[in-house]
Amino acid sequence: MTLLEFNGPGLSEEQWKAVRGVATALKPQQALWLSGYFAGLADAARPEAAHAVPAGLPPAAGLSARTLTILYASETGNGAGLARRLADRARAAGLDPLLADMADYKPRRLKEEQDLLIVASTHGEGAPPTSAAGFFEFVEGRKAPRLEGLRYAVLALGDSTYEFFCGAGRRIDDRLAALGAERLRDRVECDVDYDEPAAGWIDAALAALGPVAGAAAAPVPAVPAAPVATVHDRTNPFPAIVIENLPLTGRGSSKETRHVELSLEGSGLTFAPGDALGVMPRNDPALVEALLSALGLSGGETLELKGAETTLGRAFGEGLEITAATPRFLERWAELSGAAALKDLAGDARSAFLRENHVIDIVRRYPARGVDAAALAAGLRPLQPRLYSIASSVTAIPDEVHLTVSTVRYDLNGEERFGVASGQFSRHAGPETVLPVHVQENPRFRLPADDAPIIMIGAGTGVAPYRAFLQEREARGTAGRSWLFFGERNFDSDFLYQTEWQGFLKDGVLSRMNVAFSRDGADRTYVQHRLMEEARDVYAWLEEGAHLYVCGDGAKLAPDVHRTLLAIVEAQGRCGKAAAADYLGALQESRRYQIDVY
Amino acid sequence: MTLLETDRSRDISQPLERLSPDETMKVESDQLRGTIAEGLAAPLTAAVPGDDIKLMKFHGLYQQDDRDIRDERRRQKLEPAYRFMARVRLPGGVLTPSQWLKLDALARDHAGNTLRLTTRQTFQLHHLHKKNLRAVMQGLRDVLLDTKAACGDDARGVMASINPALSALHAEVYTLARAASDHATPKTGAYPEIWYGEERQARGEGPEEPMYGRTYMPRKFKIGFVIPPVNDIDVHAQDLGFIAIVEDGRLVGFNVAVGGGMGRTDQAPKTYPRLASVIGFVAKDRVIETCDAVMGVQRDYGDRADRSRARFKYTVDDKGLDWIKAAIEDRLGFALEAARPYAFTTNGDTLGWQRGEDGREHYTLRVENGRVRNFEAVALFDGLRAVAEAHRGTFRVTPNQNLVIAEVEAADRPAIAALLNAHGLDALNGGSGLRRNSMACVALPTCGLAMAESERYLPVLTDKIDAILAAHGLSDEPITIRMTGCPNGCARPYIAEIALTGRAPGKYNLYLGGGFAGQRLNKMVLENVAEPAILALLGKVIADFAGNRRPGEHFGDFAIRAGHVAEVTEGRHFND
Repeated sequence: MTLLEFNGPGLSEEQWKAVRGVATALKPQQALWLSGYFAGLADAARPEAAHAVPAGLPPAAGLSARTLTILYASETGNGAGLARRLADRARAAGLDPLLADMADYKPRRLKEEQDLLIVASTHGEGAPPTSAAGFFEFVEGRKAPRLEGLRYAVLALGDSTYEFFCGAGRRIDDRLAALGAERLRDRVECDVDYDEPAAGWIDAALAALGPVAGAAAAPVPAVPAAPVATVHDRTNPFPAIVIENLPLTGRGSSKETRHVELSLEGSGLTFAPGDALGVMPRNDPALVEALLSALGLSGGETLELKGAETTLGRAFGEGLEITAATPRFLERWAELSGAAALKDLAGDARSAFLRENHVIDIVRRYPARGVDAAALAAGLRPLQPRLYSIASSVTAIPDEVHLTVSTVRYDLNGEERFGVASGQFSRHAGPETVLPVHVQENPRFRLPADDAPIIMIGAGTGVAPYRAFLQEREARGTAGRSWLFFGERNFDSDFLYQTEWQGFLKDGVLSRMNVAFSRDGADRTYVQHRLMEEARDVYAWLEEGAHLYVCGDGAKLAPDVHRTLLAIVEAQGRCGKAAAADYLGALQESRRYQIDVY
Repeated sequence: MTLLETDRSRDISQPLERLSPDETMKVESDQLRGTIAEGLAAPLTAAVPGDDIKLMKFHGLYQQDDRDIRDERRRQKLEPAYRFMARVRLPGGVLTPSQWLKLDALARDHAGNTLRLTTRQTFQLHHLHKKNLRAVMQGLRDVLLDTKAACGDDARGVMASINPALSALHAEVYTLARAASDHATPKTGAYPEIWYGEERQARGEGPEEPMYGRTYMPRKFKIGFVIPPVNDIDVHAQDLGFIAIVEDGRLVGFNVAVGGGMGRTDQAPKTYPRLASVIGFVAKDRVIETCDAVMGVQRDYGDRADRSRARFKYTVDDKGLDWIKAAIEDRLGFALEAARPYAFTTNGDTLGWQRGEDGREHYTLRVENGRVRNFEAVALFDGLRAVAEAHRGTFRVTPNQNLVIAEVEAADRPAIAALLNAHGLDALNGGSGLRRNSMACVALPTCGLAMAESERYLPVLTDKIDAILAAHGLSDEPITIRMTGCPNGCARPYIAEIALTGRAPGKYNLYLGGGFAGQRLNKMVLENVAEPAILALLGKVIADFAGNRRPGEHFGDFAIRAGHVAEVTEGRHFND
């Protein structure tokens, strides 16, 4: 490749050889990352431009052609100790291994790995240590990527008095092979006195990695020709498969909020943090049945919808809104049923009636048999996609989109009723369910420059875009400070994504976090109370250029937070009410105060 | 006496970097303060950070989580349902009705409507949320209770025989147990500062902990007082046991037993249970001095490099019993007298009413595995509250996790009996001889150490063994059976006639051959097996026992004589 024949500005022959050795072994994503890495180094080294190679770079001869990662799953610390020993030995051999506990390792990174050495302890009956359960779940699950190109070896630890001796090690060894990875060395299974066999495996595994400097350079894979992309948008949504759908709210919660993951693989869809996903739901099959039965229709009646012929059953299922009724439906049904009481409804009485009666209730209360399917359908609105703030970053998690969905559920006329989409997520959207989706851009809710501080305020599912924000910032390795205010009802059950925020804090991706749980104490505490408690620092952050985000309930949260911000600016900025309003107005105009409410 | 020569390479004389990290943790804790106060206030987690988990044990608190839902919550991206267990310090297990009522109220408000009686005669409150800990500790203070040193590297709650019959003797021994407990309780101001919000006192000269120093004990240290012939406290399982010697109806002093302990680790032969060795006799007015001397020897010579070998029992075996005895006598400044004769007949409780020599009545109520709550069949929690509201005497928690309604005036007995009957509590004293002598630790779902079920499973297993016993006409035969969810030994399993310790869900080690009076260790006969294998072997031994036992012969003795298991004569041979 011509790219590699150019020996750079002032690089010695030896330096160039080393650079070329590295470059030929890289995957495209790694090359991209390294270009940024070198750019950063060059920036850092600029004052001392005399250095051709910045200090701190490892000597060229020590660079391995392949990356090495050492992962361990440890219950009692034995596995961790062996992994450390292995890492020390690898370093002594001139390698630069990344050593990580499976508990802290993001398994999605697996497909970037080249050489992987695993020390896996077994806990109980063939299971991995609890800390590694997430890793195993990913690798053994359907989301695991193909791992061709990965070379690996497994050291299994166990206790032979247990039935499934070294079960965890066996499982991971078999699974990696099944995913297409190349086994460098046969697995070694160690009993409670593991020292000797483990030492033997360490020697063998390191030897199997091959010589360090002269590693054969893998050819740069040819960039596949980009397929002609089908554009998916609102009118041509992408059929996305549900790959995860579980409640985030724990036992005893007064509500249900779910985490949903959809696969976008092959869609060509992309999105930015802050965007929303439009999801076209299906009506509850039981409701379709009930409505057809109340109408005395079979569902096989044909009609035309959006220029195509379909059946009434299908139209009820995926073409029309059949839950809440509209004035148009009321008029249409008054005609079809001849119910005088409906004809006379108007004004507030009609609004109240529509609040208390869905389509099914009206059809039941004012029955009419054998109505014309097309005439009925004309009174119903086309089913609309529901919009959800996206809770994931495509930079961090390619080919997937995550949502945070609050289940809408209430009683009406003696029956439990559900929101159309949230009800589907709650009850009828197991794995393999296909949902038509499209991306809805939201340019008014965007991350600022990487180094700008951000203050994120959200309640309930309003925290979803902030998960995307932080995933994005983590993936980009940005330096900007971040502060999250989160509110919900109960700490124990409703702390949405709790362990993820804890992880972001630990890793420094999130700088600060304040929480308010309104139903834990006698006095109801909301996010604005926490903001007020932190008034001085909030104001200081704003003065330092922080961008401010508010996401959640439009009726309560946004106005309450706004009032609180006014009070903070007024008090901390020692200015009048009008000046405080101007201050926030200016923030909004300069896009430093962005609101996404629903 | 001359200074005793010995290997000091693993004890307190060494620099911290040569000792276990826990020693550094203790030194750096500012006498158990650490960052506990800050951790309690941390709003993003219901847990406390890092070393505070260990430090809080010294305050009687264990961080736990509901293991039944641990994996479910992990998937839900929620941290484990962290809760705390508070263990009360209750020397001799004696408490007043007003103390019971306070524990009852705290349990209803904060501890999941349940109390747990323990094998060391005290209470555990489980399911406590971090944010409620101060309220619980202050509630306990209101009735003069606390949780000091109920866990941690210190002298744990001191045990004493319940002895309902010998009223005066019980009073005298209990008073000594209480004095020993008070004497050995840590003196740090950390406890009132953290839990009661008291200001830190400016201190004068001298260390804050005159006896413990900055590194406390190498590990936990257990003291108990027993009144023969009932070995209810399992004196041989104590680090330091006092065996009451009564002559001419008067307490004259105690035989001193040292180096008992249960905890061991699977697959680690250097760890083993050990029965305390009797080394001599002291007069009753020498008890506190003896505690100081024995604890001092362990404090100064115990292994602080390897926590799995830090209990006093290993110090005794490593240094030799003669050396230990000499070291104790060196500190006492006098030689121990020769041990006096004593005999134990059982380590169980006598259930039901007993009359004391002073004419007062005592009712021992069986509380299965110490669990007090409202069960479907019987509202034990409510029933005991009703008893406490009416009762004018005291309660005693027994070392077998049962409860004595003690010191009932003869005139009050009918009223108490009527209450027990009205709430169905008197029916709890039934069951087979095996069930009445069964004991399990808490284990799942709260205990972080458990590898298998214990409290929730032993009653189920006992039903199945009962069926075998019934088939052989042995339903009333008293046989001790104990189960723990891990090898650490909270239910003192290694001295039961039948014992099970958990290895994995549904899998246990089975041990046979312990002494009925707690006088002999048992031995493992099956390792890491499930219920069918356990029942098959027990069925075989029970059938043999039914056919070939000698008159009055206990199950554990028979199992050895008939060759079903080898006798263990010393702890260090437990793993042979």
